[in-house]
Order: sequence, then C-alpha cells, then structure tokens
Amino acid sequence: MPNLKEVKNRIVSVTSTQQITKAMKMVAAAKLRRAQEAITQMRPYAQKLNEILQNVSTAQVETPFAEQRDVQRVLLIAVTSDRGLSGAFNANIFRRIRILLDEELRGYQAQGTLEVMPIGKKGLEYYRRRDVKSNTTFSGLWPNLSFDEARRTAEYAMDGFLEKRYDKVLVVYNEFKNVATQIVRVEQLLPLLPAEPATNTAAANIDYIFEPTKEEIVTELIPKSIKIQFYKMLLDSRASEEGARMTAMDKATDNAGELLKELKLTYNRTRQAAITKEILEIVGGAEALSNG
Amino acid sequence: MFLEIITPDRRVFEGEVDSATFPGAKGSFQVLTNHAPLISTLAQGRITYVSKAEGRRTLEVDGGVVEVLNNKISVLVERLISE
Repeated sequence: MPNLKEVKNRIVSVTSTQQITKAMKMVAAAKLRRAQEAITQMRPYAQKLNEILQNVSTAQVETPFAEQRDVQRVLLIAVTSDRGLSGAFNANIFRRIRILLDEELRGYQAQGTLEVMPIGKKGLEYYRRRDVKSNTTFSGLWPNLSFDEARRTAEYAMDGFLEKRYDKVLVVYNEFKNVATQIVRVEQLLPLLPAEPATNTAAANIDYIFEPTKEEIVTELIPKSIKIQFYKMLLDSRASEEGARMTAMDKATDNAGELLKELKLTYNRTRQAAITKEILEIVGGAEALSNG
Repeated sequence: MFLEIITPDRRVFEGEVDSATFPGAKGSFQVLTNHAPLISTLAQGRITYVSKAEGRRTLEVDGGVVEVLNNKISVLVERLISE
C-alpha cells in the first residue's frame, strides 16, 4: 500500500506544477495576441508594396536577385525559438531539415558547401552539437524582434547571394495557421522565383507618373519585397511558437488535472484503509479486554 | 487629401493633410490636392507635411517609396531616422 505521506507530497508537487503550466499558458496567450498584432501591423505595408510592384512590374527588369546560377553553395536559415516548452515546435523544424539534408541537399551537405544559419537559441544549441556547418551570426534575433533586425539578417543573405557566397537561400520556418496548427514550410528566399503575372488589371490601367523610371523603381522595390517576405516568416514563426506553447501548456494542465484526480483517489483510499485498520484494531483490542 | 505613412512595424501617421513634401530620388517635390497619379522612390531625407489636425510635422526617413492616387498618398518607409 502506498505511503500516505508520499502520496500527499506528490499531490502538492503536481498541484504546483499545474499552477505553473496554467500561468505559462496564459502568458503564451498574451504573447500570442501581441505576435498576431505585429502581423496585422505589417500587413498594410506588405500589401501596398505588392500593389506598387504589380503596377510597375509591366517593365521587364533583370534583377540580380533572380539570377539562376549553377547551385554550388546553399544557405539554409532555420527559424527556431529561444525558449522551449512549446511542444514539437522546434523538433518539427529539425526533423524537416534532417530530411532535407538526407535527400535533396545531400550532396551539398557531403561536400561541406551547405551552411545552416539557426535563428533562436534552440537551433543554435542543436546545430552546435551536430556535424553541420553552422553560421551563428544572427542567432540572437528574438529578444527585440523588429523589422530593422529582420532586415539586417535578410540583407546578410542578399549580400551573400550577390557576392556569390551563396547560390541559393532557403528558409525553414513554422507558418502560423491558427493557434493549434503550425505548418512547417521550406521556402526559397533567393534566387527569386519568377513572379506570377499581375492579376490586378484595373490598377495597371492608371496612367502613373514614374519617378525616376519604372525600371529604377522596380530595382529599388525588389530588395524591400524580399526583406518584408523574410520579416513575415519571422513574425509567423513567433506567433506559431506562442500558439504551440499555449497548446502544449494547455495539454500539460489537463494532464496534471487527471494525475491529481488519480492521486487524490489513491490518497483517500489509503487514508480510509488506514482508518479501517485502526478501528479494527481498537475493536479487536476492546473485545479482547471484555472477554478477559 | 489623405496621407498615410507606414513602416513594417507600425502606422506612423494617417490623416488629412493640406500638402506634403518628399525627398524624391531626383530632388525634393511637393504634393498638393488633385496631384496626378505618381509613383516615386524616396532618397534619405525629410518628409514634411501639413496635417489638418496637428499642423506642420517633419520626419526623417532612410528612403522608401510613395504612391499618389486619387488624393490618397501612401508612403512606405523601411526605417525612420527621427520623428
């Protein structure tokens, strides 16, 4: 039979764990809201930029960012989180990259021409311990994420592409679908994939004055568009992280509740058994006395 | 006419203005009501606008792009140097 005191101690410890997971869930919920707000804040900028790009994209411009080269060196940006306790959030990223390294990018990995650039402490720790060439320049991006920080990282990759240090830049990140669902995505940041033809024909008919010229505007806007694309991935990842943490902590709280229920049952059973035993002893003792 | 200035992080300004001056790539230019549709890139410099609510204000930006269409000016700026 379990020791009464031991069971009681476990109940106390599970209760406090449950309080922690509950608090973490609420903190994650608040942070998720802020992360979603950041996405909402970024949207008007991204939309307008796209609109303007479509208006000028009738001009055929050769941008160096779209140059298709024979791929020699690959940069793989792995967007992970700084903190754990968020379910399979980071593990999903690592698993996806493992598959990439074993399959599509196998040759580059073998030749050592593939660099993994982890963003976030979890990725940093993971790739430090592994046989992967890693680039840790921007691993500490999260604490004060702003567009400016994201821009620097994107510019690093873009400069690397222009200077032919990388021929291809991929980003692996968690896309935010909803609070409970994150989708791991692999997206090609560079070279730029050919843009879809403009669908917005109404806007294309407006007779704009272009200053300085259409071509120069396109040349200036394309890097901006790459940067905002990258920023969006980071914001998505941050919202996903908090969503994943919220779900994980919600599950943990539920599990703790179930465990508590069982422990309380054990506790009460044990207690009752002890009382019954005691009564039996007293009755037995009294009977022995009266019989004597 | 309506002016909005947006960065990826936030909306810096939106409201009715009487005029707005931009640091265009080929020199500063001013936009008044009923300006023709225009798309222009911006160089580093100052954006000055006369807001109906707040009066004359100046922002320093790192470059960007501006679109003028039907009395609506949209300014996209990556980074504000000072407000």
